[in-house]
Amino acid sequence: MREFSYARARDVDAAVSLVADNPGARYLGGGTNLVDLMKLGIERPDLLVDVTGLPLDDVGEDGGLLRIGALVRNSDLAAHPLVRERYPVLSQALLAGASGQLRNVATTGGNLVQRTRCGYFTDPTKPCNKRMPGSGCPAIEGEHHNLAILGASDHCVATHPSDLAVALVALDARIGVHDLAGSHEILLEDLYRPVGDRPDLELTTRDGALITGVALPPLPPGARTHYRKVRERASYAFAIGAVAAVLVVADGVVSDVRIALGAVASHPWRARVAERELRGGPATPAAFAAAAAAELDAARPLRDNAYKVPLVRDLVVAVLTELAR
Amino acid sequence: MTRGWQTAPSVGHPLTRVEGLDKVTGRARYSGDVALPGLVHGWVVPATIPRGRVIGMDVAATLAMPGVLAVLHQHNAPRLTGIGEGTLELFQNDRVAHRGAPVALVIADTPERAREAAERTAVDYLPEPHDARFRADHPRLYQPEYVNPHHPAVTDKGDVEAALAGAAVVVDQEYRTPPQHNNPMEPHSSTAVWADGRLTVHGSTQHAYGMARTLTNLFGFAPGTVRVLCEHVGGGFGGKGTPRPDAVLAVMAATLVGRPVRVTFTRPQLWPLAGYRTPTVQRVRLGADADGRLVALEHRASSQTSRLLEFTEQSAVYSRAMYAADNLRTSHRVVALDIPTPRWMRAPGEAPGSFGLESAMDELAEACGVDPVELRLRNDATHDPADGRPFSSRRLAECLREGARRFGWAGRDPRPGVRRDGRWLRGTGMAGAHYPARTRPTVAHATALPDGRYVVRVGAADLGTGARTVLTQLAADALEVPVGAVRVEIGDSDFGLAMVAGGSMGTASWSWPVVTACRDLAHRLASGAPVPSDGLTSTFDSTDAVGALGDLARYAFGAHFAEVAVDVSSGEVRVPRLTGVYAVGKVVNPLTARSQLIGGMTMGLSCALLEESIMDSRFGDHVNHNLADYHVATNADVGELDVAFVDDPDDELNPSGVKGLGEIGIVGVPAAIANAFWHATGVRQRELPIGPARAITSGQ
Repeated sequence: MREFSYARARDVDAAVSLVADNPGARYLGGGTNLVDLMKLGIERPDLLVDVTGLPLDDVGEDGGLLRIGALVRNSDLAAHPLVRERYPVLSQALLAGASGQLRNVATTGGNLVQRTRCGYFTDPTKPCNKRMPGSGCPAIEGEHHNLAILGASDHCVATHPSDLAVALVALDARIGVHDLAGSHEILLEDLYRPVGDRPDLELTTRDGALITGVALPPLPPGARTHYRKVRERASYAFAIGAVAAVLVVADGVVSDVRIALGAVASHPWRARVAERELRGGPATPAAFAAAAAAELDAARPLRDNAYKVPLVRDLVVAVLTELAR
Repeated sequence: MTRGWQTAPSVGHPLTRVEGLDKVTGRARYSGDVALPGLVHGWVVPATIPRGRVIGMDVAATLAMPGVLAVLHQHNAPRLTGIGEGTLELFQNDRVAHRGAPVALVIADTPERAREAAERTAVDYLPEPHDARFRADHPRLYQPEYVNPHHPAVTDKGDVEAALAGAAVVVDQEYRTPPQHNNPMEPHSSTAVWADGRLTVHGSTQHAYGMARTLTNLFGFAPGTVRVLCEHVGGGFGGKGTPRPDAVLAVMAATLVGRPVRVTFTRPQLWPLAGYRTPTVQRVRLGADADGRLVALEHRASSQTSRLLEFTEQSAVYSRAMYAADNLRTSHRVVALDIPTPRWMRAPGEAPGSFGLESAMDELAEACGVDPVELRLRNDATHDPADGRPFSSRRLAECLREGARRFGWAGRDPRPGVRRDGRWLRGTGMAGAHYPARTRPTVAHATALPDGRYVVRVGAADLGTGARTVLTQLAADALEVPVGAVRVEIGDSDFGLAMVAGGSMGTASWSWPVVTACRDLAHRLASGAPVPSDGLTSTFDSTDAVGALGDLARYAFGAHFAEVAVDVSSGEVRVPRLTGVYAVGKVVNPLTARSQLIGGMTMGLSCALLEESIMDSRFGDHVNHNLADYHVATNADVGELDVAFVDDPDDELNPSGVKGLGEIGIVGVPAAIANAFWHATGVRQRELPIGPARAITSGQ
């Protein structure tokens, strides 16, 4: 492990000024991903700026929005009464992730920008375009049984590991971002860059930007939500397929629907094709299946991950069918 | 005097672990915890090619890095004696035998600085073409002379081909098991320190005596130079059965820098350096009459080894002792590849081999229309099927019947794929099990102290199994004193010859001299022998007594029953309950015995559904070398585990009457689960693990 300096940020401006323009600096939140990557030599910061003392750890209402500070711990967020009451999908996604110990320290903001767990990315002795641009992607011909089927490229087939982010994308969450130019909000969905030929560039934000929080708009009346995750063991594993859904059905017709898929792409995958197919149509298993198939038309599975296509298709149908019941 | 269960006799009572309080309070010191003044740390520089030569290394640059004291490599390492242990003969030449093999060791004042310098050490290689891809039709597969540990590679009785040709029913299938890694919670760690002409190694080992002997031979030390200590060991599962490179590296480094040196492996370093279970491909052919009585059994197994060592997993050996067949052939082939060396992993041979045979038996039951339990009862043996020796005891039938009773097997609808419960298809399956009951020579010392207390010393190792506790119980009963009066000291090679804590033969082997020495001591005390100030000691070496054992087939037997629920849409497979019934000789401590067996059953479940080390043959190593990507069962994966024993008296074993247990809890469990998967879905799973990709495909 490279030796590094450590600083505690006084306030958000001070944190951003320490990290922006210093490519060797990293924010330290829960550290559950960053510190692992430092041990492996994947991240080699010379300065860690600890942001856990910043006043970004509240959950509260603000003019109809639910605002979640970036430093709210996963376990606290999952247990928050407003989250459990209004956004059960979010609570379910959080509790399906990691372990109790990790959720106790992992932060909301850090969770959104965690790195892929692709085995080639985490092994510094092997090539990886995300880690070493231009070195190649051994996963495409190698071990990829849990890698992307949607939106990948010839340069990278990594998946985003977060459960939380999948639920937030389905909820149309916006995130607060603070950088040297000040504060602004963007849709969480827009935080993630498409893979293209630069998988090393993952985020749309400026270098040194700090995520300060998440804002959730209210759900439409009558909305029901659910998160279902399939993993290789019953607990403590990343998803091999996950669905977060918001569904409003009136008189047997889908009046509103939002679907996000996890473990299929380099970022939470908003299933807009399926949503378009469903809106205004019948809320039936046949319609759900047709919509899921339409979305997965774009799937380009690799040698060993084709099983994900029927898995995700059936998960979408099962979740929507349950919500429409 | 009224005796509670804490006082003699203790055998048969559920005494909690004697070191339990030390462990839960953190007082117990594992080898990597031992504090020593002046301790420094070694970190491996691993080969990043699968085959070739090291042609250069920028040692000067590494030596200039912060905290670095020395770099060990092929040009400055001590010369070793070849002892047929290629994995330990480190830095003796420029060859790279597999990716991840040590090419240097960086020694620095802190582990972090050693790691940083090791990872930044520039090494130049001359790579050579390599072959790391195991396959059943590999042209270099050959028949070895022996398979692990030293069974003949082939047995052949009768005329298998003729019997198959005349059989009413034939099952002929191929079964595959993947590479798996032992992954004990405590990583391998060795700390070596020279003092007063002796070398002490605090090792993470299942066999302190063996490690001391191996290091002595390897380095050419004078007898008595090396002392190995392993007071507590955090799991091994075979991976610590013999010394691994950490021990050799620590000794080399301590010798080079003249200070105590610790080498602890990270999880990814353990994978290429500490052993794993080979993948296997097994072809099983069964011929039977219309009632399911076997007329022919053939079991052929293929596996891989490395360029450093020939290790052949004895997968087909399981079929030599399990079911009666007049025509019986078993054989093994192995191929040496440019890969890390496979070694013992819990129930080597029996774990993969039982998946082959017990799956094929289920297919035979289906083909004959005979209940799987009844099929096994019909094929029970009276003598060892391969060599004709009588069994010291064989209570397979009792295990099968008691297991069926406890599990509620009677009245089972044999039809597959007809029990739907919401999104789950449900089914049940079962398998038989056996595991060899071996006893090996060991020395123990029992000492009466003037204060009325007793110390028993034996070179055992307690991997968390409860070995120290059961030895305390056996010693206390032999001395006819309460367990509280006896302290058992283990994990010290200076205590003399001792068997490895492996092969489920630890208690059987160690207890023989412990019980004999304690009885002798009790007799001397009863005869009025005075206790001197340094104590009165009886010593017993069981070598001659073990050598005088009759030539019998000695095995523990068991039966496993599983209920499985499968969602063929999501590929999720759950095991709500497992029942295991065992005939394992005397059960010394029902609490630790049950823990051993539920641990074994959990490993079997994990093997059935989860565990797979994924080789990328282009690179020559396993990609998922960490506990996030290599899945072992979590608590949430484990349902109800039911463990029971049948009475299994056996006078032909050892004075304690124990057969050993632990590994038998794994044997057959993967087959029982795969058989239940078939019963649930109608689809056979002949390759492990039965992960979602296989379960989904099978449901379409």
